[in-house]
Amino acid sequence: MQKQAIFKSKLLPYALVAPQLAIVLIFFYWPALQAVIQSFLLQDAFGLSVSFVWFDNYVELFSEPAYFETVVRTFIFSFAIAASSLSVALLLAVMADKPLRGGAVYRTLLIWPYAVAPPVVGVLWVFMLHPSLGVLSRYLRAAGIEWNPLLDGDQAATLVILAAAWKQISYNFLFFLAGLAAIPKSVLEAAAIDGARPMRRFWTVTFPLLSPTIFFLLVVNIVYAFFDTFGIIDTMTRGGPGKSTETLVYKVYNDGLIGGNLGSSAAQSVILMIMVIVLTGIQFRFVERKVTY
Amino acid sequence: MVEQEGFRRYVAHIILWIGIAIVAFPVYVAFIASTQDNALIANGQMSLLPGGHFFEVYYQTIFVGTSGSTREPVGNMMLNSLIMAIMVAVGKIAISIISAYAIVYFRFPFRMPIFWIIFITLMLPVEVRIYPTYKIVADLHMLDSYAGLALPLIASATATLLFRQFFMTVPDELLEASRIDGAGPLRFFWDTLLPLSRTNMAALFVILFILGWNQYLWPLLITTRDDMQTIQIGIRKMMTTNDALTEWPIVMATAVLAMLPPVFVVVAMQKLFVRGLVETEK
Repeated sequence: MQKQAIFKSKLLPYALVAPQLAIVLIFFYWPALQAVIQSFLLQDAFGLSVSFVWFDNYVELFSEPAYFETVVRTFIFSFAIAASSLSVALLLAVMADKPLRGGAVYRTLLIWPYAVAPPVVGVLWVFMLHPSLGVLSRYLRAAGIEWNPLLDGDQAATLVILAAAWKQISYNFLFFLAGLAAIPKSVLEAAAIDGARPMRRFWTVTFPLLSPTIFFLLVVNIVYAFFDTFGIIDTMTRGGPGKSTETLVYKVYNDGLIGGNLGSSAAQSVILMIMVIVLTGIQFRFVERKVTY
Repeated sequence: MVEQEGFRRYVAHIILWIGIAIVAFPVYVAFIASTQDNALIANGQMSLLPGGHFFEVYYQTIFVGTSGSTREPVGNMMLNSLIMAIMVAVGKIAISIISAYAIVYFRFPFRMPIFWIIFITLMLPVEVRIYPTYKIVADLHMLDSYAGLALPLIASATATLLFRQFFMTVPDELLEASRIDGAGPLRFFWDTLLPLSRTNMAALFVILFILGWNQYLWPLLITTRDDMQTIQIGIRKMMTTNDALTEWPIVMATAVLAMLPPVFVVVAMQKLFVRGLVETEK
């Protein structure tokens, strides 16, 4: 944890950590503490008086079927995004891992969407699949599908999931490539000499050896689906139609800003904080130990 | 491997090209739309080949903006995004490298508690503490300012951890040597450690620049003045107007302009980008 060779100085180290400490305390701990305090307070409709209500905000939240639905929806979104994005990325990474001519070019052409901002992703996809003017909607309509994500909640949800998964492909692809490169070729050769065909080699050798990467990416993708989809949802559907694309983070934003219900919004923030801490904890635990065979 | 025949390679090439097509298609459509006539797009008759309005649309987008309610040239929004992204990247690197230096190279009371206070921030993204942070920034009179845009995003530990890890691998002999030369702690930091950290700093800069440029929720909350908007916020405002009135070529040109700098950074500095990404996720 620390060097043997060190400097001795009384004040300098404090001066060096001071800027970061100040910023972290003012812009991280103070607001986080405020969120916790706020979640125990109730403000009247005009914002004139504030009273301490213990866990009322939480109780009210949990008795609300709409909140429960949002929790379930967020998890469905997360798993749908993670599963679709991970499987496409894995397929592409396995292909790009082969010694192909132009391999570096493929790599470059597949990683750049990482840099596209979520709100831009939303704009791109909503434009492509807009019910009246989208270039792809024509074909959907020609195929006999009544495509209107602005009115149909399930279609809107599908659109959000597709767009969010699209953006995440490049990230997953990169980490799968790194994971594949770390698999010793001798193991695969041994399996080949034993007569295992490529498909069988993939499922019995490559896939199990990739499991730490897959697990790591699964957690990262779920966290991504929780938080980074905000920009996508906000430019695409604003949580609608109805509540069909409202995730937990979007609800915090909606209830706090538009609904003006700060107590409930704060309680939701605190629940989200706990969820993220649990997810990060899981990740640290398993990344330390590695899910290896 | 053994039976790596031509057929399998063809399949791999084909799958990769399909992947590239899926990844590129939405962006292609956006670019095409930005060169066409709005009436054509609004009628749902957009062609999939470039139109002839490229210069006119991009000129209006960058220097004039939409003709609707938000008349703000996108060039100005890009400048705001650029300033914010650079402030986030440089600010985070600067404060992190010195605090990591203190934590690794000094022994002082409360060293470990301070390390943990910084470390814990790794866990919570700005999204979960958004309103209280907003209130603090408002109380500090930093709404609609670059400091307000950047500072709350700097409050996280990723860079500190990265530098700490790197400093631990720097051989102790270097410190001994510079001590014999009579160098104090600041001199050693400046002349020895900083040059050694160059690659790490560059990789981190690439990642943080993209992260800063792509911020959305935070600038959405704290910018109210049109001239302080970042480009990501500008896009949303352009789409707010009634669908029929949305000036799609300009919206799409803005989307293309919003993608350009970060995508350029990824492609041009691919090695640093990959390194930064893998290192910050550890």
